[in-house]
Amino acid sequence: MATRAAALGGTSLGAIALGQFRRSIVGLVGAALVGLFILVAALAPLLSPYDPVATDFAEVLTPPSAKHLFGTDDIGRDILSRVIYGSRVSMQAGLFTVAVALSIGLPLGLIAGYVGGRVDNLLMRALEVVLSFPGLVLALGITAVLGPKLIHALFAIGVVFVPNFARLIRAQVLTVKENDFVAAARALGASDGRLVILHILPNCLAPLLVQSSFSVAFGILTESALSFLGMGTQPPTPSWGIMLSMGRGYLEQAPWLGAFPGAAIFLTVLGFNLLGDGIRDALDPRLKT
Amino acid sequence: MLQLIGRRLLATLPLLLAVSVVVFSFIHMLPGDPAVLFLGEEATPDNLARFRAKLGFDRPLVVQYGDWLGHAVRGDLGRSIRTNQPVTQAIVERLPVTLRLIGMAMLISLCIALPLGIISAVKRNSGVDLASTFFALFGFSTPNFWLGLILIYVFALVLRWLPPSGFDGTRSLILPAITLGTALAALVTRQLRSGMLEVLRQDYVRTAQAKGLADRLVIGKHALKNALISVVTVIGLQIGALLGNTIITESLFALPGVGRLMIDSVFSRDFFVVQGVILFLAVGYVVANLVVDILYSYLDPRIRVH
Repeated sequence: MATRAAALGGTSLGAIALGQFRRSIVGLVGAALVGLFILVAALAPLLSPYDPVATDFAEVLTPPSAKHLFGTDDIGRDILSRVIYGSRVSMQAGLFTVAVALSIGLPLGLIAGYVGGRVDNLLMRALEVVLSFPGLVLALGITAVLGPKLIHALFAIGVVFVPNFARLIRAQVLTVKENDFVAAARALGASDGRLVILHILPNCLAPLLVQSSFSVAFGILTESALSFLGMGTQPPTPSWGIMLSMGRGYLEQAPWLGAFPGAAIFLTVLGFNLLGDGIRDALDPRLKT
Repeated sequence: MLQLIGRRLLATLPLLLAVSVVVFSFIHMLPGDPAVLFLGEEATPDNLARFRAKLGFDRPLVVQYGDWLGHAVRGDLGRSIRTNQPVTQAIVERLPVTLRLIGMAMLISLCIALPLGIISAVKRNSGVDLASTFFALFGFSTPNFWLGLILIYVFALVLRWLPPSGFDGTRSLILPAITLGTALAALVTRQLRSGMLEVLRQDYVRTAQAKGLADRLVIGKHALKNALISVVTVIGLQIGALLGNTIITESLFALPGVGRLMIDSVFSRDFFVVQGVILFLAVGYVVANLVVDILYSYLDPRIRVH
């Protein structure tokens, strides 16, 4: 798309947005943090100095040192390695919840916005019911019903996000479908399915990107919260939430147990929030505050 | 105004009904037979049948729902399987702690956010503005259970100013309230800042300044009042997050509140209590939103007209 626009002597909207994004410090810091997070998750086996589940009873609760940069936990596991491997659980959490929310929310939003009328009304009412539950309460309820497992918790968090995505898409569709190019495509005999998928959907994706970035942040935060409560990832899988909940018991003797996984959650969530801010500002500079 | 409240109340009824159906289905969506889940795999068929008959699980679902709803609207949410205490009583006993916690969290967050938001908008790009931006970023991205652990470490274990956990009057709610309220404070600060910036650009503010009104009056009376409308919206949207996060905060600080009741019951598989608490929190959330809605139209007369 960029090359075609360049050939026409103009600049594509995507290129303008990218240019805007490059100038946003907030977005760049966010992108750097997210990039670091993805790199750590991808290269976990290469980066971690020890096996994240290997215990060493000669080195129990040792403070940070040259040998164990982040110290060791109550059964002698290396905290740095566990924080590194924990990024994989968080990455899974972020991606899976957004995937669940998208795969349910996107079609619902498209249908509600495109068909309109009674169908729209019914779908929006149904989403309102989901929104009537405080997010964490709903996630906890679903996990309680399905049983405390990571995959159940992630599914539950995804369901909590469905209304956000569906409403966003619906609002986009409502504006996009009024455009002349949609009327033109319809006049040329395009079917409803073709109209929605080829002409309307691509023009709805930009705000979706922003919402997805914020949702990954929230998904990571909620997964660690559920794991902290004992309803998400189960030991011995290294998850930042579980590590924090273990650290709680040793707060006085060994504060490093909770300090590092907490900082990891904070930096990752901050990264995705900043990235979302940066993309939003780049796409629509008017919203910049 | 009364007419508006009546209309909103009526519109809420079908929503509450739908919420009750969802909550009711929670227990019946359990994979497998609820009787087996409660009594365990090794229960005899005889015991299972008696259990089903006792709790009415042998009747058609619609009948069970009608029965359950009929009791629920009269305040009867069944009994705990574990302690046999009425669920409503269990909730009511723990409610004051939760309400005080939420109230204090809101109070603390407003005490931080109001001055910070106003100053950072009025003195844009100043040191305070920068500090408030960082505070907002930090507050919004910090997991509250981590913040809680840090607060316990610093103020309870190192400085020994406040108790690390347990409930023993207002003092023991200070750290939990900060834990719960920081994210809200961050959001309100940001919202108030952008709301104030928007309002300060308006003609009527310039007019007020031009006719020589003191800055204090222009900011406090003309600008702030209008910027507060968006703050009410943000607080309304965040009530759900507050209610949900009380579960984490109460469990972290070992407070005997409703959130703690829920997580304890989830662990002991006391499903009637879980069901009751979820219904209670959802209804509370819907009602809170209704109140915010009405408050909102009170603050902004333009909405009342439509």
